[in-house]
Amino acid sequence: MNASAKATVKRNKRTFGEWLKSRDGQKVLVMLAFLIIPLVLLMVFTYIPFAEMVKFSFYNMKYVGARKFVGWKNYIKVFSRKDCFGALKLSLYYMGGSVIQLSLALYLATILSFKVKGGDLFKGFMFFPFLINGIAIGFIFKFFYTRGFVFDTVLQWCGFQLDNLPYWLKDRSINNISLVGTSVWRYFGQNMVLFIGAIMSVDNELYEAAMLDGANKFQQFKYIIMPSIKTIFVLNVILSISGSLSAFEPPYVITDGANGTGTYFVVMHEIAHTQQKVGLASAMAVVLLLIIFVVTILQKLFFKYVFKDGTE
Amino acid sequence: MSISEKIGKSALTILKYFSLVFFSFVALLPVVSCVITAFKTDEEYQNTNVMVLPHSWLNFDNFVNAFNKAGMGRAFINSTVILICVLLFSTLIGTQLAYVLNRFTFPGNKLIRNMFLFASMLPGVAMQIPVYEIMYKLGFINLLPGYIIVMCGTDVIAIYIYIQFFENIDVSLDESAIVDGASYFTIFYRILLPLLKPAIVTSCILKGVGTYNEYYMANMYLQDKTRLATVATSLYTFVGPLGSKYNLICAGVIISLLPALIVFITCQKQIYSGLTSGAVKG
Repeated sequence: MNASAKATVKRNKRTFGEWLKSRDGQKVLVMLAFLIIPLVLLMVFTYIPFAEMVKFSFYNMKYVGARKFVGWKNYIKVFSRKDCFGALKLSLYYMGGSVIQLSLALYLATILSFKVKGGDLFKGFMFFPFLINGIAIGFIFKFFYTRGFVFDTVLQWCGFQLDNLPYWLKDRSINNISLVGTSVWRYFGQNMVLFIGAIMSVDNELYEAAMLDGANKFQQFKYIIMPSIKTIFVLNVILSISGSLSAFEPPYVITDGANGTGTYFVVMHEIAHTQQKVGLASAMAVVLLLIIFVVTILQKLFFKYVFKDGTE
Repeated sequence: MSISEKIGKSALTILKYFSLVFFSFVALLPVVSCVITAFKTDEEYQNTNVMVLPHSWLNFDNFVNAFNKAGMGRAFINSTVILICVLLFSTLIGTQLAYVLNRFTFPGNKLIRNMFLFASMLPGVAMQIPVYEIMYKLGFINLLPGYIIVMCGTDVIAIYIYIQFFENIDVSLDESAIVDGASYFTIFYRILLPLLKPAIVTSCILKGVGTYNEYYMANMYLQDKTRLATVATSLYTFVGPLGSKYNLICAGVIISLLPALIVFITCQKQIYSGLTSGAVKG
C-alpha cells in the first residue's frame, strides 16, 4: 500500500509535464487562468470587506489611528440613538412608493404589450429617466421642486393657488413623499420594460386561442399575463422591500438628509464618512443586512406558500 | 357588435392613450423644463417663469460656461478612459468566468455561482465603509486604475447574461474542436468568444451606462476633482456658490446626460433585452 502510493507520487512527479499537456491538465490550467482574477476581485472587494465590516462593528475606531475593542456597545447605540434606528421608519414611505411604482409599471406594461400606436415612443419616454445619472437627478429635482418653479407652475395651471402649496422639500409633512416621488419617477419605466419583456415571452398563439374562445382583455390579463410575469413580479416585490430598507439616493442627492429626510443609509453614510465613527456605522450596516436577510427569507417562504412555485 | 360594446371599447382606447400620454408627460416634464431653462440668459431666467420658453433656442452660452466652469473637457476624457478600460477588462473576465462555470463541472462550481449571487445582494453603500479602508491600504485613493479595478469587480448581471448565452451554444461545437486537437484556450478565444458577440454588446451597453453614471464611488475614491473628475462628479462643481444659477446648472446637467441619450436612441433594443435577460435569471 505504502509502496504503491510512493510509486504513484513518483510517477506523478515524472509525468507532471505530460499531465499538463493532457486534457485534464489543460482543463485545470484553463480553469485557474480564467477563475483567478474574478475570484480575487470578489474576495478583495466583497468578502474581505464584509468580514472586516463585521469586525469593525465591535471597535471604536476611525479609518486611521488607534482602535479600541468595545464589544456590543456599537450595537446598543444603533438601537438607542434616536437618529439611527428611528430612521428606518422612513422606509415605510419608500415601500409605499414601490407599491405604486410596481402597480403603475404593470398597468402600463399591459397596455403597451398589446398593439398601440407609437408604443415604442411612449416606452422610450417613460424608460429614459432610468438612464440619467444620480447627481443630475439631484439637480433636476432640486430645480423641479423649488418654490414657484416647475412643479408649482404645473399645479397652478391645474388651478391650485401658490399660497396653498407647501415647500416640497422643506415641509416635514410632505418632503419624504416628494423624494419618494423622484424614485418612482426614475424606476417605473425600468420595471415596465421588465414586465413587457416577460409578457412578450408568452407564446402569441395563447392570446389568439384566448381570443377565439371569447376571453376579454381582463380575462387575458388574469389568466395569461399574470401567470407569465409571476416570477419576475415576485422578484421585484422582494427587491423593492430590501430596496426600501436601504433607500439612499433620493435624500443623498436632493436634500442631503436635511429636514427629517435622512434615511437609515444616509445617516450611516454621514456617521461613517463625515463623523468618521467607522465602528458605529459598521454596526448599523450589519444590523440592516441582517434585517434584509430575514425579510428576504420570510418573503420567499411567503411566496412559496402562496404561489407554490412562486420563486423560480 | 352592439352599441354599448362599441362605446366600451372606445372608452378603453381613450383611457389607454390618456394614460400613455399622461405618464410620458410626467416622465419628460422634469427633463424638458431643464432644457428650457438651459437656453435662457441670466436676465430671462430671473424675470420669466421657468415654463416660459426661451427667446432663442440658439443661446448656447450656458452650455459653454457650464462646460468650462465644471471642467467637463477633462471629465469627458477621464470618463472615456474609465469606460474603455472597465468594459474591456470586465468583458474579458466576465466571459471567461461564465465559460468555466458553464462548460466545466467541478466541485465548487455551484459555490462560486452562489458567492457571486450573494455578493450582489449586499447593498453597495454599506459595503463602501470597509472597501474604503481597503482602497486606502492599497493606495488606490486618487488613482484612476484603482477606481477602474474596483468598478470591474462586482458585476453579476453580465455574468448571468453570458452564462445564459453559453447554455444556448451547443456543446458539440466544443467537442468537435477538441477532436480536431484545439486547446481550451483556442476554443474560447477563436470559437466561442466570436459567437458571444450579441451578449457582449448587450452587457457592455448596460455596464457602460452604469459606469458612466456612477458617482458615489467616483466621489469617494477620485477626490482630486481638478484632475480626476468624471462627467457625473464634475457636476458637483455646481453645489455651493453656483447653487442657484439654474440656467447654468441645467445646461451642465443636459451636457452630462447627452451621451446616455445618444446610446439610448441608437441601442434601445439591446438595452431592453439586456435588462430583461439579466433580470429573469438574477
